[in-house]
Amino acid sequence: MGDENAKKGRPSRKRHADSMIERKTSPDPRKPSAALDEARLRQQAIGVRLRQMFDDVVNEDVPDEFLEILRRHDIKTAENG
Amino acid sequence: MSEQAAARPPRTAADDDAFKRELVQLIPHLRAFARTLCGDPAAADDLAQDAMMKAWDARASFQMGTNMKAWTFMILRNQFYSEKRRSWRQSQLDQEAAERTLVAVDDPEAPVALDELRQGLAMLPAEQREALILVGAGGFAYEEAAEICNCAVGTVKSRVSRARRALHVILEDGSYDRDGASAGDAMRAILADAERLSTVR
Repeated sequence: MGDENAKKGRPSRKRHADSMIERKTSPDPRKPSAALDEARLRQQAIGVRLRQMFDDVVNEDVPDEFLEILRRHDIKTAENG
Repeated sequence: MSEQAAARPPRTAADDDAFKRELVQLIPHLRAFARTLCGDPAAADDLAQDAMMKAWDARASFQMGTNMKAWTFMILRNQFYSEKRRSWRQSQLDQEAAERTLVAVDDPEAPVALDELRQGLAMLPAEQREALILVGAGGFAYEEAAEICNCAVGTVKSRVSRARRALHVILEDGSYDRDGASAGDAMRAILADAERLSTVR
């Protein structure tokens, strides 16, 4: 996921898949079904991106403080109770 | 919350261990959800930590075997909004910080599409944004998202669909401005990324 390509999702970077998509990005008003497919494709693309944005944080290393806080809290409640 | 605990069999150390194991596994998800609410990563981690501790303190009221992820997300969300209520001024500052964070992505290597998606999300009304994130990124069913947001299932459905449409329009029209990059570029970059990601997965 965090590879070189992921860092360069720029339009200027022409690869096979990119140029295929670019051709599709101008929906033809004469073909409503094609435009509908197009809209669906775009929604899917946004969905994939949205998940990736969330997963990027999920996949980060959890800062030590989290476990540290939980551990310290445990000791405190054990002493009090 | 914990008043009903007396009616249940006494908690054992094993119960606490099991609870803690599951809670620790949820930390990355709590951080991700908090990040979408706060924007600012440091504030988000504070929120996630508060939610984690609240969940731990309320463990007696949690029914093991039910959906702990949804339960902790609900705690986190409540925490977020109660802090906002407690100090609207502070939250306004947070909001400004969040917007700065969302807008000011200085890393030239940051993927264009991700950057613009963040900005697009920031432009949505809060309730639409959270609904879309829970369902579209967090993997929750509409029913679970409704429980987390304390609203009707139909409300979640309509918020998600409005959010999707609005985000599409924002990204397509470029209601934002980024170094003169046109909106078509944003959508094209997202499409290119999605294409690549879907083949990787």
